[in-house]
This record gives sequence, C-alpha cells and structure tokens, in this order.
Amino acid sequence: MTTTGGPSAELRIISARRSIPNHLREIWAFRELLGSLIRKELKVRYKNSALGFVWSMVQPVFLLVIYGVAFSILGQGFRDFPVWLMSGLVVWTLVNTTLVTSVQAITINATLVGKVNFPRAVLPLATLGSALVHFCLQFTTFFGVLLIARHHVDVAYLWLLPLAIIALSLFLAALVLVLSIFNVFARDTQHLLELALIAFFWALPIIYEYQRVTKWLTARHIPTWLPLLNPITSIIITFQRALYGSASVGTRLLLPDTSAWWYLRNIGIIAGVSLVLLALALRFFDRNEGNLAEMI
Amino acid sequence: MDSVVATGISKVFRLHENRPDSMKERIVHLGRNKKRDFQALQPMDLTISGGQTLGILGHNGSGKSTLLKVISGILRPTTGQVQLRGRIASLLELGAGFHPELTGRENVYINAAFLGISRKEIERRFDAIVDFAELSTFIDEPVKHYSSGMYVRLGFAVAINLDPDILLVDEVLAVGDEVFQQKCLDRVRQFQQEGRTIVVVTHAADVVRQVCQRAIVLDHGALIADSTPSDAIRVFREHLHGNLVDVGVDDTGSPLRIPKVAVHGGPSGDSKVLRPGDPLQLEVSFVATQTVEQPVLTVSIVSLSGQTVYEIDFDLIAQGVGPLSGEGTVRVPFTSVPLLDGRYSVTARISDRHDAGLSAMRMTRDGFSIDNPGVAHGVVALDVGGLSRT
Repeated sequence: MTTTGGPSAELRIISARRSIPNHLREIWAFRELLGSLIRKELKVRYKNSALGFVWSMVQPVFLLVIYGVAFSILGQGFRDFPVWLMSGLVVWTLVNTTLVTSVQAITINATLVGKVNFPRAVLPLATLGSALVHFCLQFTTFFGVLLIARHHVDVAYLWLLPLAIIALSLFLAALVLVLSIFNVFARDTQHLLELALIAFFWALPIIYEYQRVTKWLTARHIPTWLPLLNPITSIIITFQRALYGSASVGTRLLLPDTSAWWYLRNIGIIAGVSLVLLALALRFFDRNEGNLAEMI
Repeated sequence: MDSVVATGISKVFRLHENRPDSMKERIVHLGRNKKRDFQALQPMDLTISGGQTLGILGHNGSGKSTLLKVISGILRPTTGQVQLRGRIASLLELGAGFHPELTGRENVYINAAFLGISRKEIERRFDAIVDFAELSTFIDEPVKHYSSGMYVRLGFAVAINLDPDILLVDEVLAVGDEVFQQKCLDRVRQFQQEGRTIVVVTHAADVVRQVCQRAIVLDHGALIADSTPSDAIRVFREHLHGNLVDVGVDDTGSPLRIPKVAVHGGPSGDSKVLRPGDPLQLEVSFVATQTVEQPVLTVSIVSLSGQTVYEIDFDLIAQGVGPLSGEGTVRVPFTSVPLLDGRYSVTARISDRHDAGLSAMRMTRDGFSIDNPGVAHGVVALDVGGLSRT
C-alpha cells in the first residue's frame, strides 16, 4: 500500500455526532479547500471582465462621489456626510453580502453535498471568507481616498477596527452556519432574509446618527444601551468614530463622546457572545450535517 | 490491517409525508404533518480488510448506495460508527463540483481540494491526471465547453490519480466510451494488485464475479449475505425472484387460457436458480373450454436484455400430446440449459394451427436464472476440454 502524508495516515471516525474540537479540526484539515473556494468565488465573479477585481475598488470611490454630489445638491446631512455614510456602508456591505450569499451556500452545491464527503461548514464559511476579501479591497480603497483627501481620521480609534472585524466575523460565522442549514429545511429562508435585511438596514445607524436614537430613547426613559444589543450597531459606530474622525459636528453630537475603551468593551462583549453563539451554531450544524445529502 | 470497520451502523431517514419544501407548507401543515421514520439501513457490522475487493449487491432501494454513502461519510450513521484507515476516494463524485466557468485546470485543483488533497500534492500529479483524461489540449478551456464524456473522464482521472487507499465505485464503470471503460477497469485491477481496498456497488452480478473476492447482499436495508461472490450472487438472485411479479395477459373468459407456467430447475427440480448445464422442466397449465384440434406450443426464453436465446414451436399432435381440452398441464423437459450468467423470462403460447382466433399466451418474467460458478462469461456455456500443447 502506498502511504502518503496528510489525511491518509490517520484513522477517521464517522459517527452521528462529533465534538466541537473535532469538528473544528476537520474544518481546519480542509483549510486549503476554504482557500480554493474563496479564490474560485472571486475568480468566477470577475470572469471575462477586463478590470477584474478593480471593480470592487471602483465601487466605494464611485459611491463617495455620487453621495458627495447628491447631498451637496440636496443640502441634507452634515459636514462630510458621504464619509459618514461610507464608514457605515462598508460594514453593511460586508454583512449584507455575507448573509445573502451564505444562505444558499449549501443548497446551491446540492450535487457536491450529495456526492462528496467534506466538512460542509466549509461552504458557508467560504462565502464569509470571500465577502471578507471583498471588504478588504473596498475598505483599503475607501481608506486610501480618505488619506488622499486629507480627511481627518482619528488614529486613537483606528486600532479598534481590526478587532471589530474579528468580532464581527465570529458573529457572522455563527449566523451563516445556521442560515445555510435553515435554507435546506425551507427555501423561503433566502427570501425572508432579503426582506429582513431591508428592515435591518434601517435599524442600523448608517443613514442617521447613533445619538439621534439615544436622544429619542432618553426622552422616553428607555435605557440607552438597548441599541447596543445589536452587535452590528457597535461595529458600525466604531468604524464611524474612527473614520469619520470625530464624535460631533459643531455642537451636534453624532456618537457617544467616550474613549476608545468604551468601544473596546463593546467589541469585547460581542466577541465573547459570538464565541458562545459560534459554539452553538457548530453544534446545530453538526447535528444536521449527517443528513444533508439526503434532505437536499 | 482493516481498512473499514463499521460497528452497529444503521441509518434512519425521517420522511415527511408531502414533505414541506416551503415555509408556507410547513406552517399550513403544522401539527398535522405526518412524520414517518424509514429505516434505510438495519443495524449491521461490516469489516473490510486492507487490500480486499468487496462487492455490494442489492436491487434498487435495497440500501446499497446508502451503505456506500455511510462508509464514505457523505451520510453519517444514525447509530454506530465507521472507522476508516487511509485516504478514501470515491467514484461517485465524477465531475461533481466542477464549475462551468472555470478551466479544466482550475477545476482539477478545486476538485482535489474537496477530496482533502493539498495543492502541492495535486501539482505533483497534475500531468498524470491530464494524461489519463486525454485532455491535454483542452485543459485550459472552461469546462462548459467540454462534452459530457470529457467531463466524466476528467472527474475519473482526478479520483483515481489521487492515490487513494480505499476506492469506492458506484455503478460508474458504465460511463464514457468502451475504450475508456476498459481503461478504468484496468486501473481498478491495477489498484487490486497494489493491495488497495475497493468497494464496488452494483447490481451486475458478473462484475462482482469478475473483480470481487467477497460480496455482501442487501435487502430492504438488511445484510442478508456476506460470503464468496458466487454464494452471494445466488442469494441475490433468489431474492430477486421473490420480488418479481408474474406478468401475464388478462385472458379471463377466453376459450383457451394459460393460467400458469411453472419452472422447475436444477438436479432436484425445485429451484429457479440453475448452474449452467442443469436440467429444466417447464409446466404449462392450460384451460380449454373449446377443444384445440391442432395445438402448437411455442416456448421462448428471453434474456433480461431482451435477446431471444431460444425459441421453438412444438406440434403437440406430432409430439403425441394430442388435442387439448379441459384442464391440464403440458410438460416441456429440457435436459440441459447450457447458458451463462443471467436472468431469463419464459413465454409460452398455445395456438391452433387452423384457427387463428384460438390462442393464449403467458409470459413469466420471473423465469429462471443461471448462476455460473466458473470464470467464463458471455451467453452460452460451451464445453471445453483440457488444454494441451504440442
């Protein structure tokens, strides 16, 4: 018998359930597949286009210009409103693309799932991965434009951004694992999700500012930490605080006038909660994975 | 060392009556949606030692594909566990996961990644894969331009060139043109010689006889035989007979009927599974309310593929049976049936030489089958003496 390195040497055990560490180990063993799928998704997206991934970078610049023109004519918003808007939108785009693509990650690959054995969690995670790559391209361009335009970026908050993205990724990972399975049970999940995302967009302080919500809540004696229960909100206001560069315009408060530690605390809570959610999601995924080939 | 050790594995599918595919149906049927558990695999143990070639026989719905999927981990067992030693590749997945927009080359890498093979390793084997698939000039074309044959060839080439320790084959040797099929079969043989473990799922008995050292038979999800290919094939054939329905024409009320054609085979005359050269007796029952003056009995033996292997007209007057009236049975003894592996239907027709309107027919699809213990394959069991050299 020919012996080769890698997975061939070890003993594999297939049973109805596996522990979370084993599940993670299997996903890790297929990390190259994760990479290949991310590359594939990007390749397919830009197949037969001359500019390729440059399109990803053009989009934020174009949006900035359009918003700039539009809001200067309309006279809405506040100073540098397009920058404010974009700071939230880059995060929103990440959330939106991840969820919209991942919900179909398993159903779209039905033949594969029915015929090949690999950790199925790789499929939804790959859609998260390619959305992250896409996000990096967009963010880099956006940030580049800010630097070129000499926009005042708040360095004291900038270091929070990678942490925020890590926390957000953990949260999204948990979500995509659950959503992709739900869609196998009932294909309506993907349509419901589309509607939910439209509503969700308006629940986030992207077009309006966070302080407007807290002001509204204070007037009604409702605790102001309530919106922070939405983890995406915390991530978005962190981006706005760092990239828009200040918590206020003149005397108008846009964001809580707090130190970076307040933001860090929120990110920490999200990361912690997301880890628990991720563990639950992996468990849920594992319980259903063994029957996917038959249900799909 | 054992390649596959399955202990107490079973598989239960939860069937939803009118399975709700959408949430609307789910809500509409909430509470009164019937769920039924379907036992696709009964609890069983199965150990496949390294280097063994195992055949899994069973008719459609017997659970043989489910078993293969559980062994390969595509489905996970409801109870029990499977231990696998070594890399497993299955020929179930030919071309599954190819993306039409990507080139053959790009797809090979992704396909291999799905099998858990590193990029480095696939680079080393890339040329062998392309050679085997005979696609060197097309490898950088998007696979959407491939013919279905090229598609399958590439999938097969990837699976088989990845140096698997355990190879699972599911009825796929029937793809591609004959030359390629032969190439695949050769490769399977080479794998055997190299001492790899092979599991073949099929309902073609002669494939099992040709390549397997051991065979199991599944029926309704249960393991009903685990032995040598010959014994397993016999069990498989007998079960098939049990499952087949006798098909006839509706001839109630007609003046001449054949209610039954009984088949008695083998040396003892009580079997429907024969060895080549065994005797066989047909008993054609008839009911004639009107006398058939010049009866002719036609017997034909047709193979599963529809080929008439034998057909004969008996002039029953000349045979000394005489005119037919009332109820009775005409016996047709064959002293020897020199056929090879296969299942055969028997058709009997009685007609009157002078009265075209008076006739009856019955086809017994569940005729008999031949179980060949020898190595020869084909249609006819020719007698061959000892070889010699001069």
